[in-house]
Amino acid sequence: MISVHHYLLLSAILFSIGTLGVLTRKNAIVIFMCIEVMLNSVNLTFIALSKHVGNMDGQIFVFFVMTVAAAEAAVGLALMIAFFKNKESIEVDDFNMLKW
Amino acid sequence: MEAILFYLTALVAVVASFFVVKCRNPINSALCLVTNFICLAVLYVMLEAPFMAAIQIMVYAGAIMVLIIFVIMLLQLASVNKKAYTHGILGGGVLAALMLVLTNRFIAGGEATGTGGEITSEVIQSVGHTELIGRAMFTDFLLPFEIASILLLVAIIGAVILSKREI
Repeated sequence: MISVHHYLLLSAILFSIGTLGVLTRKNAIVIFMCIEVMLNSVNLTFIALSKHVGNMDGQIFVFFVMTVAAAEAAVGLALMIAFFKNKESIEVDDFNMLKW
Repeated sequence: MEAILFYLTALVAVVASFFVVKCRNPINSALCLVTNFICLAVLYVMLEAPFMAAIQIMVYAGAIMVLIIFVIMLLQLASVNKKAYTHGILGGGVLAALMLVLTNRFIAGGEATGTGGEITSEVIQSVGHTELIGRAMFTDFLLPFEIASILLLVAIIGAVILSKREI
């Protein structure tokens, strides 16, 4: 029988893989996708615990996480396009305009 | 039966999210990410949250992935990625493994409080998941719902301004 621990373990694994991607990749779009993986693993935690405790509030929070992810996608990708227009690159090593 | 389905879906989800990190070409990463989203939607159905599964498919695998793939195509990144595409593998790997161990300790060391709430499987079966979500959202969570709509409006305006030519 699958308990809530299995779901929490799976979401911990997914979150760690997302962390690995955010820390090691250079491409900003791939980093963005890894952040989406992390957000999704948190959503899985919310829904698994929502079923476990018999309460609907966790699923409402998943709804808001999805809203924030959509807003983040729109603004973040617009930022990346603006950056690419200036620097002709999308690698995070080139994001150094505030460094001196 | 449920266990087999869970382990199969979990395996596909973990492998797909690993290849999101591993693939050199961002388009391949995006396709693996869609696989991961669909696996999570299957898990949501197994957790008796079919509305969340539908939203997951529509919003994540639909809207957000279309945006990401559109930007990858627009920037023509396939010709750029000849050189090294990662940095700090060792540090990142150690940190991610450490996080995994730590979260496992948290999961194994505690038990959720407040179990036995009023939303059981029978209630979801009889009332319907979408109706329960709608009732909760438009009564208890009305103010956060309105704030989310303002957030989306601000995001739209921000995206329009950022994609102007002078920036």
